[in-house]
Amino acid sequence: MKRADEAQAQVKRATRAAYGETLVHLAQEGMPVVAVDADLTGSTTTKKLADAGFENRLFNCGIAEQNMVDVAAGLAITGHIAFTGSFAVFGTGRAYDQIRNTVCYSNLNVKIAPTHAGISVGPDGGSHQMLEDISLMRGLPNMRVLVPADYAAAASALRMAAQTPGPVYVRMGRASVPAVYADGVELEIGKAYVLREGTDATIFACGVMVDQALQAAELLAAEGISAEVVDVFSIKPLDEETILGSLAKTGRAVIAEEHSVYGGLGSAVAELASEHAPAPLEFIGMRDRFGKSGEYLELMDYFKMDAAAIVEAVKRVIAR
Amino acid sequence: MTELEQRATQMRKDIVAMIAKAGSGHPGGSLSSVEIMMALYFGGVMNHDPANPDDPNRDRFILAKGHAAPVLYTTLAHAGYFAREELMTLRQLGSRLQGHPDSNLLPGVEVSTGSLGQGLSVAAGAASGLKLDQSEATVFTLLGDGECEEGQVWEAAMYAAHYGLDNLVAIVDRNGLQIDGKTEDVMDPSNLREKFKAFRWDVHEVDGHDVAALIDVLNKAKAAHTGKPQVVIARTVKGKGVSFMENQAGWHGKAPNDEQTKAALEELDAQ
Repeated sequence: MKRADEAQAQVKRATRAAYGETLVHLAQEGMPVVAVDADLTGSTTTKKLADAGFENRLFNCGIAEQNMVDVAAGLAITGHIAFTGSFAVFGTGRAYDQIRNTVCYSNLNVKIAPTHAGISVGPDGGSHQMLEDISLMRGLPNMRVLVPADYAAAASALRMAAQTPGPVYVRMGRASVPAVYADGVELEIGKAYVLREGTDATIFACGVMVDQALQAAELLAAEGISAEVVDVFSIKPLDEETILGSLAKTGRAVIAEEHSVYGGLGSAVAELASEHAPAPLEFIGMRDRFGKSGEYLELMDYFKMDAAAIVEAVKRVIAR
Repeated sequence: MTELEQRATQMRKDIVAMIAKAGSGHPGGSLSSVEIMMALYFGGVMNHDPANPDDPNRDRFILAKGHAAPVLYTTLAHAGYFAREELMTLRQLGSRLQGHPDSNLLPGVEVSTGSLGQGLSVAAGAASGLKLDQSEATVFTLLGDGECEEGQVWEAAMYAAHYGLDNLVAIVDRNGLQIDGKTEDVMDPSNLREKFKAFRWDVHEVDGHDVAALIDVLNKAKAAHTGKPQVVIARTVKGKGVSFMENQAGWHGKAPNDEQTKAALEELDAQ
């Protein structure tokens, strides 16, 4: 696993930017990938598949997300690796029954890979800021759940999804975020990655919160607190060994996610810890409410989901 | 009595017997679509091989109205996908014959169904996939008329026409009843012909219990290649063949008791 160097870390890109590009690479490599979208091919970037000469592999369903998911299912049963698009709020919520009863129950080779997840969508507001998708997808048998932290991780997640038979959820966002990993990094389904070693507490994070967690660890170090940062790239299956190993070392943790504190990464880690290694935990995420309009970083501050909030949570969990 | 007519009677008996044995299930919409399934699987309409259910050149069938699983299971068993004795395991713990079709368990089931409104979309996606691979195969799907109340059916109808999926043949089992009563009383899906026409489909209508007519119209639809998806509206009788079940919404999802089963089987034997 290769990290971004300092210069690379300055280059901000959105996880969604990896979507169309990776599909093009996979198609060029001869994989039978197809994309099924719902009038958002520019926003999700699946349009790049058509721009690269694979226009017959892009199926635009118009504004019809339920049909989108089941068309992908039909493409999967005829031998294709079908990626769905749309925004996370519509691509999972509007089509939940299609994902449950057709894709997951039949265990089909469909990759639910919407973009614009979380409050980092920004000004579009609460109707468009999906904060319950990890919970929805994690509860489904046969589904794997990947939450990439940056552009390179998203490219790897999409590639892993294509190479792994069966349903996979890849959660991508709209906001440009600093690079955590070097381009071309190869991450694995079922793995979490220790990005910074520490001894006083662990910060388990996913998605855009990984960068916030790294920033928090830096702030804590200045105060003499040693925080370990773990990127839980794969929320399902969960890397129990790495997570329990880190908890054994630090004895306490903060879990940070751009998602409801109900049912997402926090719940997954808490379920694991309570069964095998009960430990004090603090949760950073949305607390039973909807988002609202604002700029990405403004909202992260407003909803107490930024590095400063993580710093406070780490201090709280150490004091417990 | 022709061979096909004899088979229709036997299939109806199997449907009644398996649902009676299970103690639950959906006889009405299974009995209404017996001839449709016979035309597809035994009438030479569908290219399929029970010995090679994964043949890439096979025509596909998707039972959108998944609750009619008993007629699908009976058809597959009669066609030789598995032994007829297994029909009597319907809905039992450990059976491959789940209450609604599970494609991971049973050969010949292309996709799991049961949540209404999704089958036409899956069939359209499969038709897209086959066209992409320049396959000659056709996708058939059987919908209920009540199912056409689901909005997703019309999303799929738009999609299939937009992409010119003339390798897609949808059949609507127009038996006129749904759980809560007559389709016209619950949520009127009538004028299906005009609806599908407006969605730019080629529309065919047929007596859904006339096997010869079904074979003829399904072959025509399969061979049409007009650049438009094809729909066959099959006028049927819910519960067909068992007089006390015919045209009774109450027999949508109810198993007959011992006495009713005996009467049903005797009536079918007399046909």
